[in-house]
Amino acid sequence: MKSAIIQLPGLNRDRDMIAALTKISGKAPITVWQTETELPDVDLVVIPGGFSYGDYLRCGAIAARMPVMQAVAEKARKGVLVMGVCNGFQVLLEMGLLPGALMRNASLKFVCREVKLEVTNANTPFTRGYQQGEIIRCPVAHHDGNYFADAETLKRIEGEGQVAFRYAEGTNPNGSVNDIAGIVSDSGNVLGMMPHPENLIEAAHGGDDGRALFAGVLGKAA
Amino acid sequence: MIKARVTVTLKNGVLDPQGKAIEGALGALGFSGVGSVRQGKVFDLELEGSDRARAESDLNAMCEKLLANTVIEDYTISVT
Repeated sequence: MKSAIIQLPGLNRDRDMIAALTKISGKAPITVWQTETELPDVDLVVIPGGFSYGDYLRCGAIAARMPVMQAVAEKARKGVLVMGVCNGFQVLLEMGLLPGALMRNASLKFVCREVKLEVTNANTPFTRGYQQGEIIRCPVAHHDGNYFADAETLKRIEGEGQVAFRYAEGTNPNGSVNDIAGIVSDSGNVLGMMPHPENLIEAAHGGDDGRALFAGVLGKAA
Repeated sequence: MIKARVTVTLKNGVLDPQGKAIEGALGALGFSGVGSVRQGKVFDLELEGSDRARAESDLNAMCEKLLANTVIEDYTISVT
């Protein structure tokens, strides 16, 4: 399994993501700068978290228009796995690769804490390392994670099993509609999620509940 | 030179926590009778040339492609 990670000015979770991918796959991801127009031949492309372009205009809006994102969209169309975490999720929504939008947290506060996630659909390439309905721990750190989609879109993604993760047990930190924490595309090969599984992969992190996500994607035992 | 103003607002039905907070703050300042506040963004642009029709069509494309997120936002364009 070969992976690539996209780098942009203002992203700050890229090193955490590189560490997670390297430790779990045994191979460092190829780093790709925003101005590149082609991506290497990989099985997984990751857009990590952070504050690309200082969250100017809207979170992820400027990043989504950078040249490399056309190559990311092309990979997604070809069925390559694409995963965006936190700011990466915001970018995928701004690109239109996933439905809906992320708005300012309902509390108006930046939230940085641990939440519980329910694996709502374990039958995706990203969640197959978990059991259906399993409750896992996962950290969140964001100001704009309040997922919104209009009623029709919501009905569609709920009906098609596109909700991959939901905030569980009253831990919704941001007011997301239907407690949605992560969704996949209708084709299933694109995942966006607000929480940070890359920050809970080993004992030093205080737990490894995020590990099975990467292990599942990378086709390895957790 | 053509000057234009683009106003981007949240669509009806999209919750606006920031607008709600501003509404609360206005109440705290003693402004009674503020029924609702919705916040948005204003962009002032200067465009080269004098073709207004072309400017409007360009501005429309700019809104669709970048200035607004049409999943949650509406926009209006005013060319002066």
